[in-house]
Amino acid sequence: MRRRWIAPSAVVWLVVAAAFFLIPLIATLLFSLRSIQTNKCCSGAAYSLIVHDHQFWSTIRLSFQLALETIAISLLLFVPTVYWVHLKLPRLRPVLSLMALVPFVVPPIVLVVGLLNLYKGAPSWFYDKPYGFLATAYVILAFPYMFFALDAGFRSIDLHTLTEASQSLGAGWGTTLTRVILPNIRVAALGGSFLTLAIVMGEFTIASLSAFKTFPPYIQVVNESQPYEAAALSLLSFLIVWAAMLALVLVGRGRPRPAQVAATR
Amino acid sequence: MAYLELHELRRAFGPVVALDGIQIELAAGEFLSLLGPSGCGKTTALRLVAGFDRPDSGSIVIDGKDITRLSPNRRDMGMVFQAYSLFPNLTAEQNVEFGLRIRKHKRGARRKRVAELLELVGLGHAGKRFPHQLSGGMQQRVALARALAIEPRVLLLDEPLSALDAKVRVQLREEIRRIQTQLGITTLYVTHDQEEALSVSDHVAVMWSGRIEQVGTPSEMYGAPATPFVAEFIGTMNRLQAVVVDGDRGEVEHAGTLLTVDAARGRSRGEKVLVLVRPELLELEPSTNGGTAGDNTLGGEVVTHTFLGSVTRLKIQGREAELIADVPTARVDSLPVGQPIVAHVPTAGTRLLSLNEEPASDEPDQDGR
Repeated sequence: MRRRWIAPSAVVWLVVAAAFFLIPLIATLLFSLRSIQTNKCCSGAAYSLIVHDHQFWSTIRLSFQLALETIAISLLLFVPTVYWVHLKLPRLRPVLSLMALVPFVVPPIVLVVGLLNLYKGAPSWFYDKPYGFLATAYVILAFPYMFFALDAGFRSIDLHTLTEASQSLGAGWGTTLTRVILPNIRVAALGGSFLTLAIVMGEFTIASLSAFKTFPPYIQVVNESQPYEAAALSLLSFLIVWAAMLALVLVGRGRPRPAQVAATR
Repeated sequence: MAYLELHELRRAFGPVVALDGIQIELAAGEFLSLLGPSGCGKTTALRLVAGFDRPDSGSIVIDGKDITRLSPNRRDMGMVFQAYSLFPNLTAEQNVEFGLRIRKHKRGARRKRVAELLELVGLGHAGKRFPHQLSGGMQQRVALARALAIEPRVLLLDEPLSALDAKVRVQLREEIRRIQTQLGITTLYVTHDQEEALSVSDHVAVMWSGRIEQVGTPSEMYGAPATPFVAEFIGTMNRLQAVVVDGDRGEVEHAGTLLTVDAARGRSRGEKVLVLVRPELLELEPSTNGGTAGDNTLGGEVVTHTFLGSVTRLKIQGREAELIADVPTARVDSLPVGQPIVAHVPTAGTRLLSLNEEPASDEPDQDGR
């Protein structure tokens, strides 16, 4: 049997890439382990202070809940829309793609000012609450990530044939979408959800300017006065986001890879 | 009495008329194939019956009930698609079970029916496999079982074998016919492959340019094509332009040669006709004088040989027209390329079409082989 081997150039590139990602993390870890009193290594005091700070837990819980809400709204909004556009209105796809680029072009600071003015007379349960105003802003921010992920997913399956096969067997639109289409674009939906989670967990500008105490503004506050704790907080937030993504992966696992459906239309 | 009726169905896509008022009737339990080249409208007709598209005018009636405006999920049509259409996230069993779950059948009844159908299509052992673990032929068998599971009123098959290799295609078409006969299910089959259509159908409807050219049994379609298009599309046909010389004696003149054909009897003198001769009906023999010899013969020279197994197809360059003849492979050595030959045109078995009645469809697409 032929032995598989890795080319030396590939090893070099792997080492360079690993260094690029790992060196800042290791440096942050070493910095966060310095003693608050002596400024020398190694002490877990910064971590102890952070995990005992109730604001850490409340802000991270809020950000996480907002992320889940944004993912849920985005999926509910975009899955049927992108499905319908692919199925019945393919000419609208370029229009949607263009619209999806708008959040990239409009800076968050402009977006938040615009949204604050737009919703100024809105009911307080929406305007004054993060689950209303902030979630709406985050759905807009996550639009390109969710749209392009779903768009790629829908393009990878033979949507017309699957839909027609489902309908010929007696399924209505709802059943077709939830039991046939959605399971087959699961990977794309998960991809969009990962990106949304990462964006919401790290979003600072909108949360800060609209005066909601989410996790990123909390990191910023800590960073101003407690450098070791801020480093510890960055690492913890990094680990938490990765753990959340891992949880999403695990939730989405358990079914075999869908086969590519031949598109012959 | 007709079970499925398509009345004057018309469907246009912008300026392109895909269906131009077609009229089809199927008896209960009948197997009818819509046969025609790409773009002739056969798939459009099937999609209208399935409910995936709406006709501009006309109606679809099943068992006396008009279903033209009924949504596809309420029509009770089982459909097998050209593309592999199994749900990739479900096993073969779950795919077959899908329609039964939608209909809220009880679990025990579902399991029993799924097992029966997978056995019927010869895949009792593969129920737990996912589509990507099945070959193309197996996937189409599962798709057939899935379509049959809901006990459809009509089974619709949209070129289900076109993505399969030749051997599997032959096997599966025989399977489809066996199952259809066993279950007695009314079936509408779309194909561009005339061999497939002729081998499995009770009746064949040849379509071209959005219209039905002819409907008949496979032997009628092959032996008595009603239009030049059908003659050309079903099998291979020699087409000789001729003029009737003597209608009483059945004589026509083609390229200066007098031919006697039974089908010309009763035709009026001077009528322009097309003499249609199947390649297997032409009898060839080497020519000693290098030209026409004897009655009812055409002279020519062998141009090419195409080996087809038990017969070899010879292309012959005649004086005016090119001829195709099938000769047993065992005697092809006596007719090498370049050999002058004479081809005997049989008096009986030769068809005649009046060129005065010939519709515009005289130059068919060769897609149908």
